[in-house]
Amino acid sequence: MGGHSNYQPKSAAEKWLHERLPIVELVKSSALDFPTPKNLNYWWTFGGILALMLVVQIITGIVLVMHYTPQAELAFNSVEHIMRDVNYGWLLRYMHANGASMFFIAVYIHIFRGMYYGSYKAPREVLWIIGVLIYLVMMATAFMGYVLPWGQMSFWGAKVITNLFSAIPFVGEAVTTWLWGGYAVDNPTLNRFFSLHYLLPFVLAGLVGLHIWALHVPGNNNPTGVSVKSGQDTVPFHPYYTMKDSFAIVVFLIFFGLFLFFSPNYLGHAINYQPADPLVTPAHIVPEWYYLPFYAILRAIPDKLGGVVAMFGSILILFALPWLDTSKVRSGTYRPLYKVFFWFFVLTCIALGYLGSKPPEGAYVWWSRFFTIYYFVHFLVILPLLGLLETPKPLPSSISDDVLAKKKPALPQGQAQPAE
Amino acid sequence: MSTAEHADPNRRDFLYIATGAAGAVGAALVAWPFIDQMNPDASVRALASIELDIAPIAEGQSITIKWRGNPVFVRHRTQKEIDDAKAVPVSDLPDPDARNANVKEGDPATDVNRVVDGKEKLLVMMGVCTHLGCVPLGQQGDYGGWFCPCHGSHYDTAGRIRKGPAPQNLPVPIYAYISDTKIRIG
Repeated sequence: MGGHSNYQPKSAAEKWLHERLPIVELVKSSALDFPTPKNLNYWWTFGGILALMLVVQIITGIVLVMHYTPQAELAFNSVEHIMRDVNYGWLLRYMHANGASMFFIAVYIHIFRGMYYGSYKAPREVLWIIGVLIYLVMMATAFMGYVLPWGQMSFWGAKVITNLFSAIPFVGEAVTTWLWGGYAVDNPTLNRFFSLHYLLPFVLAGLVGLHIWALHVPGNNNPTGVSVKSGQDTVPFHPYYTMKDSFAIVVFLIFFGLFLFFSPNYLGHAINYQPADPLVTPAHIVPEWYYLPFYAILRAIPDKLGGVVAMFGSILILFALPWLDTSKVRSGTYRPLYKVFFWFFVLTCIALGYLGSKPPEGAYVWWSRFFTIYYFVHFLVILPLLGLLETPKPLPSSISDDVLAKKKPALPQGQAQPAE
Repeated sequence: MSTAEHADPNRRDFLYIATGAAGAVGAALVAWPFIDQMNPDASVRALASIELDIAPIAEGQSITIKWRGNPVFVRHRTQKEIDDAKAVPVSDLPDPDARNANVKEGDPATDVNRVVDGKEKLLVMMGVCTHLGCVPLGQQGDYGGWFCPCHGSHYDTAGRIRKGPAPQNLPVPIYAYISDTKIRIG
């Protein structure tokens, strides 16, 4: 991460510290002076937004634990206690619950940005893989967190999702019993989910550290996909991107605030305000919105093991993306066909999300099957073939050239250049 | 270690491998308690058996009781339900296994094999869909048995899977008649 700073400790105290722990230089070189492509657009601000959301979730989570009771008999009421009795408890809980949704909105935009601009391609494969791991840990964390209020949807969501493991041949039943700590989802399950829900965000923080480390070795990708060639192509991270990221964060927080203050339960399910009842399954159970595309894939396949394999496969296939995409050109801007298929893929994910929220009957099932097949075709057929068949548009010779070429037409026509 | 000086395996190589192997076995032994602590504990296992008075359950009536944290359906079936179930050849069933802990494993899923002692009036089975664990709704679905609202599995009047993603019949737990009107589950 070092090497981008000309930090010279000035005072005696700074020198003393620098010789023992060069932490000031590390921060300066990786967070302040780091050379960043000068053409990053607003889609690149979601990394910073995600870092902020992780901090928001950890802080609100830690204070919620000061009032929450992880015990099956008491958990539901302790959440109501947070909502009604604890000072600002309603705010803290709504921040945490809606914060999870905001976290996922930002991560999906961040992932799609990486896909459009080919940010997973050499030399950023490890960066991408760490990103997929972060996404997986995020999903596990959010799932366990949703169980903690011990409402009807918490309980039945937990039961259905843990039952996915019972599809494993031979050992499936033993694995689910082990996960539950009993013969059904019960107090032992709640206790361990609570323990892991508290642990995993710190695992996430560690993975984010690795993600940033892996980012700082090759440096940022950029909208042209052309590598940085000289100092002309970059600007220092501070103040240029600290300011741009801060502005994006403010806009994002306004969006967050709209949900938080005006519609805090819009993204949740009313039935989760009913205490868990192990004897009655709600009529229509669905997971939180951010899992819906995968839930649609699970239900599209009329076989238990097949559905589970397809669902996990749809996430694990992301690990192979750097090798499935055979095109040497990174940015979708210069790939006329990929650009179209990229938007088809986005549409497929949204369609699967919609279908996942619908009951598994009639036309919904057939559309789920259609889009599930297309999802895999995108990765396994379209991406490998496109790289071979597509003729990319000519790439700019450098980031600077591209930026200057875009500036020119902005000059008023037929007006003399001012003499310098 | 340098292999250039000692081309043949020597005492030192053996010690390295032996130490590594002992370390790996030790690590696995230490890991086991940390894994096994997640399995059902003694207090959960202790709740393994309950008794139920079946006399108040009238014909055509079902009750749901909780056993080991899961719902158990106890249904006093009507003659029509029994006849419907008997009329289905085992070869038509997606899961031809009785799934009854009280009969031999692999016995066919005939109606009589779904109960104990040939007492077909009383059907006792887990109320947990074999797909992903939801509780099916009674006397619904295409076969007049149970229907799971989560992912659309249909069970017949003997609790056997007939249609939908569930792979198995609803399992019958171990139970026995301790008198004519009392059963013990577990």
